[in-house]
Amino acid sequence: MRLFLDLEMSGIGIVSAQRAHFTQPLKLKGGSVLPAFELVYETYGTLNAAKSNAILVCHALSGNHHLAGHTADNPANIGWWDNIIGPGRPLDTDRFFVVGVNNLGGCHGSTGPASTNPATDKPWGADFPVVTVEDWVESQARLADQLGIDAWAAVMGGSLGGMQALQWSLSFPERIRHALVIAAAPKLSAENIAFNEVARQAILTDPDFHGGHFYEHGVLPLRGLRLARMLGHITYLSDNQMAEKFGRRLRPGAGSYGFDVEFEIESYLRYQGDKFAGVFDANTYLRMTRALDYFDPALDFEDDLARALARARAKFLIVAFSTDWRFSPARSRELVHAMVHNGQAVAYAEIDSVHGHDSFLMDEPHYHAIIDTYLKRATP
Amino acid sequence: MNQTAERADFDLIASWVQPGERVLDLGCSDGSLLKRLIEERGAQGYGVELEDSEVLAAIGNGINVIQGNLEQGLAGFDDGTFDHVVLSRTLQTVRHTERILREMLRVGREAVVSFPNFAYWENRLAVMGGRMPVSEDLPYEWFDTPNLRFFTLLDFESLCNSLGLVIRERQVLDEAGRLVLEEPNFLGSLAVYRLGR
Repeated sequence: MRLFLDLEMSGIGIVSAQRAHFTQPLKLKGGSVLPAFELVYETYGTLNAAKSNAILVCHALSGNHHLAGHTADNPANIGWWDNIIGPGRPLDTDRFFVVGVNNLGGCHGSTGPASTNPATDKPWGADFPVVTVEDWVESQARLADQLGIDAWAAVMGGSLGGMQALQWSLSFPERIRHALVIAAAPKLSAENIAFNEVARQAILTDPDFHGGHFYEHGVLPLRGLRLARMLGHITYLSDNQMAEKFGRRLRPGAGSYGFDVEFEIESYLRYQGDKFAGVFDANTYLRMTRALDYFDPALDFEDDLARALARARAKFLIVAFSTDWRFSPARSRELVHAMVHNGQAVAYAEIDSVHGHDSFLMDEPHYHAIIDTYLKRATP
Repeated sequence: MNQTAERADFDLIASWVQPGERVLDLGCSDGSLLKRLIEERGAQGYGVELEDSEVLAAIGNGINVIQGNLEQGLAGFDDGTFDHVVLSRTLQTVRHTERILREMLRVGREAVVSFPNFAYWENRLAVMGGRMPVSEDLPYEWFDTPNLRFFTLLDFESLCNSLGLVIRERQVLDEAGRLVLEEPNFLGSLAVYRLGR
């Protein structure tokens, strides 16, 4: 029965990942060169003969290439954005060919810190370079080349994924027709960077981190990663939602006047932290947060965002959520106003939602209607 | 809303927009006016709209719609970005009347404002008869109206004068959308103004 329900929930059905090899060296923004690399990706739907119906979905900090459907070995392993992708869903796989890719430096199969460094035959660990949003877009363009996709019908992403969609419009103006930039910002605020720094310090100061070379020591910096994720989760929810979901409710048997789990919110954060620490790579977490910190397309334009965005040729859909305080609507409006200043095509929707930054992952009818309606006009 | 009257309002505005000009439509609803200005006049259009359902409809019409609240002004829009800033049948629903008029002429070269004339003879008659008016251009009952401000051509022109806004053109329509040439504050149901600084 459980199996049946899961199959029914997923519109795509069984999916499997593919692997692309790239032998041309990739020069990274930080100065180092990756001699070769691999990207793991999944696709859904069918690429049309003109190869004009492809949508790239970029993932955020903890995401990966498994967007939708479920793996053959585990019906419960449903993709992280399954609710928006599939036949008849906003990213309609009857019309579009949807691509999800695990970013460079990730920990779900693409070349990353846990991969073997060809120079040493040992895991890269701390020696894996810091990658940027620009580097990711460059590597994704190589994947587009291999798939024969000259231009994406759309590139879409939430949060750090939205920054990649924006960067696509700047790095390859002719290779992207629509950019869907959701719950994102043109750059992080000092407060955003501060949260990232605390998360990184939790990892870097974990004795099991071993300067990033923990693989060789046969240990994992679980405590640090767990703390980093707990902090992250606080910032992904809204204050109201936390009050509503957990309030000050106590766990059964609470009242010990000690420091074990007493409140429901503590239980939630510990559960999320443990779950994440068991499956995610600490070195990847460090690099994902750094990519967020460094993203700032206006930096080379004397902080003039309009000038920075002027070379984009894509049409934009910008979406923000009312209770998102990590990437607030005001940050999305900065993008919108720069685009209006430039006379660029942009639509902006501000969605009423209680789910904070996490709203972009929710199956909220009005939000999905906005994406659906926008993409219906983005004819392949 | 009466289709004929609506078209008449839009006809006038469309005739004032030149090809390639940049238009901002405040309270753009589903973007019908902008769609027309883009398709017929080759304008480059943006709209501001608050209501979720209208924003969705405008996106469906392919409009550059920006969800936002006019009561918060036009912060973020740069000075002189637009050739025309349109406020069609919306001024009467705005609380911060003076601010929105000033903001329109900050971000635009010209403000185009249309509103129902409370001094239209049928409205006067309704009040004389002891009831609030309900008409083509004031289609709501007193208890469900979104309108906050009830004013006349003379009231509006007096405000423009005190704010130092220049009235470049005024056209007045009756309930059927026909141009009114005489006694506009008595015979006109809807007024359309072009304002400058």
